[in-house]
Amino acid sequence: MISDSTEGLLSPYRVLDLTTERGFLCGKLLGDLGADVIKVERPGGDPARAVGPFYHDEPDPEKSLYWWAFNINKRGITLDIEKVDGREIFKKLVKKADIVLESFEPGYLQKLGLGYDKLSDINPGIIVASITGFGQIGPYRDYKSSDLTIWSLAGEAYVTGDPDRAPLSPSFPVSYFFAATSAAAGALIALYHRAFTGVGQQIDAPAQLGVAWACGPEMPGLWEVDRAIVKRSGGIWRRAQTGATCDDIKYVSIPIVFPCKDGNVRFVPFIDPGMLPSTVGMTKWVIEEGFASETLKSFDWSALDWQTVTQETMDEVMGSFSRFFLTHTKAEIWEGAQQRGITLCPLLTAKGMAEYEQLSIREYWEEVEHPELETSIKYPGAFAKISEAPCAIKRRAPLIGEHNEEIYMTELGFSREELLALRQGRII
Amino acid sequence: MDPGKGHMEKPPFDGINVLDFTWAGVGPHSVNYLGFYGATIIKVESHKRPDVLRTLAPFKDGIPGVERGYYFGATQVAPRYDITLNLDHPKGKDLIKKLVSWADVVAESWATGAMEKAGLDYENLKKIKPNIIMLRTCMHGHTGPLSKQHGHGFLLTGLSGLDELTGWPDRPPSGLYGAFTDHIAPLFNVVSLVAAIDYRRRTGKGVYIDQSQHESVLQWVSPVILDYFVNNREERANGNRIAYAAPHGVYRCKGDDRWCAIAVFTDAEWAGFCETIEKPGLAEDSRFSTLLSRKKNEDELDKIVEEWTVNHRDEEVMKRMQAAGVAAGVVETSEDQAKDPQLEQYDFFHEMEHPETGKLRTYHGPLFRMSKLSYEMGRPPMLGEHNDYVYTKLLGIPDEEFVRLMEEEVI
Repeated sequence: MISDSTEGLLSPYRVLDLTTERGFLCGKLLGDLGADVIKVERPGGDPARAVGPFYHDEPDPEKSLYWWAFNINKRGITLDIEKVDGREIFKKLVKKADIVLESFEPGYLQKLGLGYDKLSDINPGIIVASITGFGQIGPYRDYKSSDLTIWSLAGEAYVTGDPDRAPLSPSFPVSYFFAATSAAAGALIALYHRAFTGVGQQIDAPAQLGVAWACGPEMPGLWEVDRAIVKRSGGIWRRAQTGATCDDIKYVSIPIVFPCKDGNVRFVPFIDPGMLPSTVGMTKWVIEEGFASETLKSFDWSALDWQTVTQETMDEVMGSFSRFFLTHTKAEIWEGAQQRGITLCPLLTAKGMAEYEQLSIREYWEEVEHPELETSIKYPGAFAKISEAPCAIKRRAPLIGEHNEEIYMTELGFSREELLALRQGRII
Repeated sequence: MDPGKGHMEKPPFDGINVLDFTWAGVGPHSVNYLGFYGATIIKVESHKRPDVLRTLAPFKDGIPGVERGYYFGATQVAPRYDITLNLDHPKGKDLIKKLVSWADVVAESWATGAMEKAGLDYENLKKIKPNIIMLRTCMHGHTGPLSKQHGHGFLLTGLSGLDELTGWPDRPPSGLYGAFTDHIAPLFNVVSLVAAIDYRRRTGKGVYIDQSQHESVLQWVSPVILDYFVNNREERANGNRIAYAAPHGVYRCKGDDRWCAIAVFTDAEWAGFCETIEKPGLAEDSRFSTLLSRKKNEDELDKIVEEWTVNHRDEEVMKRMQAAGVAAGVVETSEDQAKDPQLEQYDFFHEMEHPETGKLRTYHGPLFRMSKLSYEMGRPPMLGEHNDYVYTKLLGIPDEEFVRLMEEEVI
């Protein structure tokens, strides 16, 4: 359902979105919260309209599912900011805008005379958020980057994958999304700050910073404390035990991804008070079905000391779980876990996500009209349920130049002749 | 601009008070951003149930203790007051009312039930403070059949499809490392929270935010989901390969478990790549001269790439490729990461001193830098460290009463 409410948390604000596929997500999130986001793309269509997958596998610039997914809730205009007229028009738009989003190579906008300094001369309140691989400064600033190389330089690749093969990255690129999502956060903090000071500023969101942070505390922590290097270990958690130096650090390894009959499940035997009943419940189930080793049968989870437990003991304990899971399907395991209050999850593909009951019950999926194709399509909906001014889908992604007339003629006051001249001059 | 070196005469969230019931990863990471930029945060714990990460090893000298864990601190990096409060005690409820009256934002990260039991659901909070902002974050959100289920980031990588998208085509998925999604979900919360604080500034109205971490994280893979809805396709992991680039992979270099990622997309990059590995003839070789031929003969191509990389150090491979205009990056270990000059430029590692765990360089600030605002870090607080200040100074509880609250184990 497209929301009836016209109000969003960010309704009064306008965003000009110059980003490439690396940064689309940023403006999408602001649009979800009600900001008026205008996607500015090259005349003829953005190169990122060639990013797949495609509707019915037809590689048409109006049928990129990547474009649809991340440009929803935006209006769209075409504009060539490399041309003089294009730059002048862009500056006019900046006068009435609050936030500019960009994900060009560092320095590109400055070269065009559209850097933050120039834009803030036109509109002192403007906020410019820059999404890049490595940031606006530093020795890697001008490095050519791709999802895979950022993932690698940020430390994630080394700890991802199987121990006997090369380091690995996800097959769907997510590295830049750390920058795109945090740039949205930074831009909003700047916006709030502006309410008191009247001046905007520049946000510098490097993807490497985000991916490095996502390595979590263990990888950098074990280096800092023990000079120990965490290695990739697939679905095994090598849980650090004690040790103050590299020589005596010990680990206990437990599987946390378990193959089952038709896929895989994740289960972690946590023993803090909130999670203990889940771990005990899982153990009971394994015992009931006759898969438990003698060690597991008499195992007292509440007395487990992760610091001192031996690998041999944990092998006997976890081995029972492994044998149990192998004899069941994902659906059986999920259903049994729900009945018994056990916290685990199947590894889902897109199909599994689409069929996940909790998401449907919360009305996560939203049916969005695509009148140009005479159809409607289900999309992931709000990223959070927000009262007062809901996060919601209000419009599908723009067609090429869909709002040119609305913005150039109605808002900026260009005549039809001027619009035609701009089009024929390949400026819009 | 000079990131992180901005001025901070008066930080934007100065005067915004945050009552923080969150624990573990996502909640604290979300709230931190308000603290980085000036909000006053009071973290509420109890002796019976301290933050779960306080019990996670490794511990200082291998001796467990709520102040001795090394990982707890990773989530508690913004300035925070820490108090203990027994919510089950009748007197605890009075104190909570005072704290809620003080707060602008209440944040929590429990499954449905805990806050309700303590009388701290949104309706009740509103009775105490009509314009309160409440952030609730849990794995499945606060409605629906799974709302009462506990969750954690080790599961969400599976539920969000990221695990199935990470692996080799001939094997079960390798999955992602650690509690990966604990580093995605908070970023959405910062967006919601700041938008809500601004909305409240403009309208005077409070806001209720119910984050299902699952629903937020799925935003990142929405094209994969649309591909299923529209084309009935279930995308799977395919190692490091992608359809429209070759070579595209992680290649073994000289040394022990040393690797470099290389990604060649365009004709110019392919030419630069061939020059770099000193095989200019390769660019014209009909097996590899076009993208389609390279994709067709990718196994063979990868062997040729690795024959060269294995004889060179990873850093040299990266630098030579970059000089030729090819995207390449060393696969950094934790040691490399600790010495990475680019991360250093952005002060990725902050050093702070903690009374028990000592000086550590494992603390991280926000994921962006602002040209006119710096950010403030704070060392992880100790359990109940600021009871005296918060209860007697901030809430004005007389000393005798404060002592009684301690004796009666209310705090």
